Amino acid sequence: MSRRWGMVIDLDRCTGCEACVVACSAENNIATAGESQAAKGRAIHWIRVERSWEGEFPNVRVRFRPVPCQQCDAAPCEPVCPTYASYHNAEGLNAQVYNRCIGTRYCANACPYTGRFFNWFQPSWDKPLQLQLNPDVSIREAGVMEKCTFCYQRALVAESQAEAEKRPLRDGEVSPACVQSCPSGAMVFGDLNDPASAVSRLAGLDRGVKLLEEVGTFPKITYLARES
Amino acid sequence: MTTRERQRLEAAPQDRDRLTRDLLRPVLHTSPRIYLTMMALGAFVLAGLVAFVYQAYWGMGVSGLNRPVFWGFYITNFVFWIGISHAGTLISAILRLANARWRRPVTRCAEAITVFALVIGASFPIIHLGRPWLFFWLIPYPSERGIWPNFRSPLLWDFCAITTYLTGSLAFLLLPIIPDWATLRDRAIGWRKKLYRVLALGWRGTPREWHRLEMAMRIMAVVIIPVAVSVHTIVSWDFAMVPVPMWHSTVFGPYFVAGAIFSGIAALIIAMALLRKILHLEEYLKPIHFDHLGKLLLVMSLLWVYFIVAERLTVWYGNATPEVAVLLATQRGKFLPLFWTMVCCNFLIPFPILAIKRLRTITGTVIASSTIVVGMWLERFLIVVPSLEFKYLPFSWGNYRPSWVEITITLATFAAMPLLYLLFVKFVPIISMWELKGGEHPEPAAAAELAPGHEASDPWEGTLPSAGS
Repeated sequence: MSRRWGMVIDLDRCTGCEACVVACSAENNIATAGESQAAKGRAIHWIRVERSWEGEFPNVRVRFRPVPCQQCDAAPCEPVCPTYASYHNAEGLNAQVYNRCIGTRYCANACPYTGRFFNWFQPSWDKPLQLQLNPDVSIREAGVMEKCTFCYQRALVAESQAEAEKRPLRDGEVSPACVQSCPSGAMVFGDLNDPASAVSRLAGLDRGVKLLEEVGTFPKITYLARES
Repeated sequence: MTTRERQRLEAAPQDRDRLTRDLLRPVLHTSPRIYLTMMALGAFVLAGLVAFVYQAYWGMGVSGLNRPVFWGFYITNFVFWIGISHAGTLISAILRLANARWRRPVTRCAEAITVFALVIGASFPIIHLGRPWLFFWLIPYPSERGIWPNFRSPLLWDFCAITTYLTGSLAFLLLPIIPDWATLRDRAIGWRKKLYRVLALGWRGTPREWHRLEMAMRIMAVVIIPVAVSVHTIVSWDFAMVPVPMWHSTVFGPYFVAGAIFSGIAALIIAMALLRKILHLEEYLKPIHFDHLGKLLLVMSLLWVYFIVAERLTVWYGNATPEVAVLLATQRGKFLPLFWTMVCCNFLIPFPILAIKRLRTITGTVIASSTIVVGMWLERFLIVVPSLEFKYLPFSWGNYRPSWVEITITLATFAAMPLLYLLFVKFVPIISMWELKGGEHPEPAAAAELAPGHEASDPWEGTLPSAGS
């Protein structure tokens, strides 16, 4: 049976440190937008930490929710793309083929999570960030959409490594940059088709909820609701 | 027009026919003022082209678009212009099928609006692309890339619907021009004669040719109506097919079609009033035409109110959180001034003007039409933008303000429309001469219609210029 990559994010454990956001930008060659462009809503963050407040002063509590692409099973972004740039790959991921994208931005409108990003200009990096680009990830040119890939390049490397060593892929062997960098271990990544994997067990908990479940997108990210 | 040409035109015995002379005058004679107007409009169009090249070179970032408002002025203009295009062919086809005799001086003005508005409207999806030079990837053709476009995407339906409509509208416009081009071929001299010889496609005016033309027009009139309805339905589905609050609505298809016809008639009335003034066609485009179109506009205004109430009241009662956020932002929040301007422009101002017979004059209908064109543009804007600003997750709510690039390109298209129209009236008699003359050709059905007894009972008798009799 093929793999079905999924993620669990424990909202009880998230401290809102945004290490995931930084790690993602470094791993995936995400261009820096600059202050003025970021203020216009042009910054690219494949994962963001949504922040909200609860209660009245002085009993205020802050809540955090990391939101990457939800890798929906019924993704609204896929059918609307006229050129198949946005498509469902064999492992259930919502892949984006940059070279096919002509920039209608229809997928970005269709996404209820606003999880897709457009390259408004040619990508550039604040010095010296241009020296640390990841050779495994392509640079996206102006005019195309991009989005979270669950660091698919890492899965490909781990799969070929396991194949070379003639062994099955171990649970936890693959982890996207955000999961790897989370200091409180709030994020867990793995194969949802493997009932023994950590991600499958956690996703089945009573605390597990999907973001905007009512829209009917069947996300592969499960949030564990706060208990504290 | 050279003096020789004018002398020839005035001296020729067959040209004593005042109708032909009146209607050929705009084609054969161009005043310096028209040249100046064309140059001014051309300057605006050029500015728009420069803005587009600038945007293509630097990236979409030079527009005001952002995340989450990925669509803005361009898509607003797209929907607006495709809507305007519904004036022509649809109205002309319905009037032809209903055999309304007052339609005759109106049809060609209307059909020309359709073609030009479609060309302008269809350019916007390309202008708004991130990589506009790759627009042909939307076209289904066997390519070296080995992939078809995605037929599940409403954008592809759009592409198919608009190309079909454009092809059909062009045929619908050009077919009945052929006899008039033949008339021009017979009367013009110099390079014009050569041009019209090609354009007239060897028309000789035999009964067989007339019969074929009548048949073709009858078939086209029937075929083009469902195409026109489908076009704006599909445009509405660009929005209705995605789960965005207030876009994802079943009423969008008919709502868009009604709005399209509404704005289309308004554009037609403005165009007719301008033609009447500029080309001195007072005897052909009469107050009664404006009165009839004004009544049609009145009906569409009421229909528009019906649809907007049907859309918004159900959302309000349904009380789904994301939808209500958009609804309230539009009606009470930041879009309040635009929303109520739209209601005034589309209903509160035009309704009394069009409903009271004494006010339904040429000036009255033009005032009503002008507010309606503004109101319908605002309506399209208020469909596209607020929903994107207030999507599901409040953390990602946004703001949209157009940049000079978008404003320039928008203004350029509003200049392109009259420019294309002026060029058109310089090559084609804007009022169909042979249709106005009616009985000139020996087609039996038309001859019977024009028999004396029939004519006496014709309620639209007064609409034809006396010159023809």
